[in-house]
Amino acid sequence: VTAATGAVGGRNWGQAATWRNLLRDYPLVPLTILLVLLVVVVELARPGTVNQGWASFTVRQAAVLAILAGCQTLTMLTGGIDLSVGYVASMSGFVVATWVNQPGGWVAGLGVAMGAAALVGLVNGIGVGIFRVHPLIVTLGMGLVVLGFANVWQLQTVQTGSGVPVEIRTVGVGLTADIIPNNLIVFVPIAIAIILLLRRTGYGRVLYAIGDNPVAARLSGVRSWQVVVVLYVISALLAAVAGLLQTGLSNAASVTLVTPYVLPSVAAAVIGGTSILGGRGGYSGTIIGALILTVLTGFLSIVLPEPWRQVVLGSIVVLVAAAYSRVTAES
Amino acid sequence: MTMPAAIERRTSPADTLRRVVRDNTWALGLLGFFAVLLVFTKFVNPNYGLSSLQGTATSVLPLALAAVAQAVIVLSGGIDLSISSQMALVSCVAATLMQRYPGEEVAVAIVILCLALGLLLGAINGVLIVLTKVPDIVVTLATYFIWAGFALLVQAAPGGAAAAWLKSLVVGSLGVSFLPKAGIVLVVIVAVIWIPLARSRLGLSLYAIGSNRLAAFRSGVAVNRTKVMSYVIGSFIAAFAGLSLTASTSVGTPVPEPTYVLISIAAVVLGGVSLAGGVGGVFGPIVAVIVLQLIRDDMTFMRVDPNYGLVAQGLILIGVLMVGSFIQMRRSRA
Repeated sequence: VTAATGAVGGRNWGQAATWRNLLRDYPLVPLTILLVLLVVVVELARPGTVNQGWASFTVRQAAVLAILAGCQTLTMLTGGIDLSVGYVASMSGFVVATWVNQPGGWVAGLGVAMGAAALVGLVNGIGVGIFRVHPLIVTLGMGLVVLGFANVWQLQTVQTGSGVPVEIRTVGVGLTADIIPNNLIVFVPIAIAIILLLRRTGYGRVLYAIGDNPVAARLSGVRSWQVVVVLYVISALLAAVAGLLQTGLSNAASVTLVTPYVLPSVAAAVIGGTSILGGRGGYSGTIIGALILTVLTGFLSIVLPEPWRQVVLGSIVVLVAAAYSRVTAES
Repeated sequence: MTMPAAIERRTSPADTLRRVVRDNTWALGLLGFFAVLLVFTKFVNPNYGLSSLQGTATSVLPLALAAVAQAVIVLSGGIDLSISSQMALVSCVAATLMQRYPGEEVAVAIVILCLALGLLLGAINGVLIVLTKVPDIVVTLATYFIWAGFALLVQAAPGGAAAAWLKSLVVGSLGVSFLPKAGIVLVVIVAVIWIPLARSRLGLSLYAIGSNRLAAFRSGVAVNRTKVMSYVIGSFIAAFAGLSLTASTSVGTPVPEPTYVLISIAAVVLGGVSLAGGVGGVFGPIVAVIVLQLIRDDMTFMRVDPNYGLVAQGLILIGVLMVGSFIQMRRSRA
């Protein structure tokens, strides 16, 4: 961000084009301004809302959403989407919570959950990468499959009982020194890894290349199908981690715990400037997008009844997406 | 009027038949699968008879209409994720109004109002997509929230009522016992809306913009107007789907059933409509919806855990598409 502000210095700030270029080239700047404005509005509307407790609560919730939105960012860069994340995430949290009384304890459950998630990602990847079925369909279909199996597992574990392991709970909801959410221990490395992956590695550049022009990528020697298979496995594993964090955060395990976050995860990536058509976007924008959505949802749930909250949220997604499409179309 | 007749005369019935078979290979294959599935159903459940068929028809009607709505939009090159919350909104408005203003005649006005609401929702979706140039999937994802919010505003919890004549339209059978009313309603709605549409200039334009937007534009098709029309027509049919929900359950349910979107998209694709647009019709998706429902019914008869039904639906969806896509790849390589 510092490099960005340095680079845009010395421009004519009175011109609309300057702002348009700024939004196109450095979406982080306007997004951060939007986030700060939002926080100011929250504080002005309800003085005293913005405090330590509010901040750590927001960050903990935003971290989960940001990881799920990471799945969408990565897949959307290649022109795909992963709608199975909600079911995969719920499944992973549920399996770990129900494995507490099984042999091996919750650690074995963690292994099973990750293995299952990787398998789902593999099938998604094979469907999208090798058989070239539309990602929307493959991931929706696999979502149903995961939900079905999770339900079967639920019926079988009703007797054995379940409980969210203390360790998962500590990471999910705990605070270090009363301020820093513990789930940042998981989120920050993931965020850094994704950003470095996209900016500094060949694999990351190939994701952009495939999304931007699949034919050109293939002619340049990219084996798209391998890239895509790995991509969807990564996405499913990320979703599984997000599911664990959410399970710890809400201290509850259910086979549909995370499904309400699927559409917001797409929305966070879109607000963050990642194009659903592929080839444009990045993870840092998505993180800000997840923060904006979390602050906004929290605020709206205080001042507006649930129905209006959904209406406002939907309208904002359309508005932001429209702003991006205007900006990138007139470049 | 003589020109088309002259053209018709040149093609023999056999040619026409061959052309129909070639154009509808996928749908006919699906129909064959459906027939096999019916036999299988009779085999696992010897009691499966005409009354069960009516039950299937009633439960399939909202889904089938949702699939037809989705098909119209998808073959025009769009996609509508907001269909299920449109259905929830229409169904809530209908149930609430019918409870507040009881009376069989008033209900007719309410139904017309609900259909008009469908037209409006579709117009908003379409205009937003055309004006903002945001991908269809993002816009309809956002309007999914918006319509669902309005549905909750109309009705905080499931409730309301449905007029007696509306209920009697979809439940039971007509005269002879093997004609489920829900099936007749479906056929009538599709016949009245789709068949004239597919033969009209607008219908051709829908396929044109779905198949190749630029080519359609250069051929003088009003691309944006046609796009909006595809959403208007789709949502109009989705309004029928919402009304059929109210009719079959007698209440409005404000929380949209997300599986309706999934199943409508699944049925559209299984029914031979390309997600890329321009290919397919509404006949295949209807058969696909019935097949999906029948598979679930069969699993219930076989006392399989219904959750495996969900697994089976997902796997069938992916499996069929993989095979279809594989065949297509082989063909294009050869």
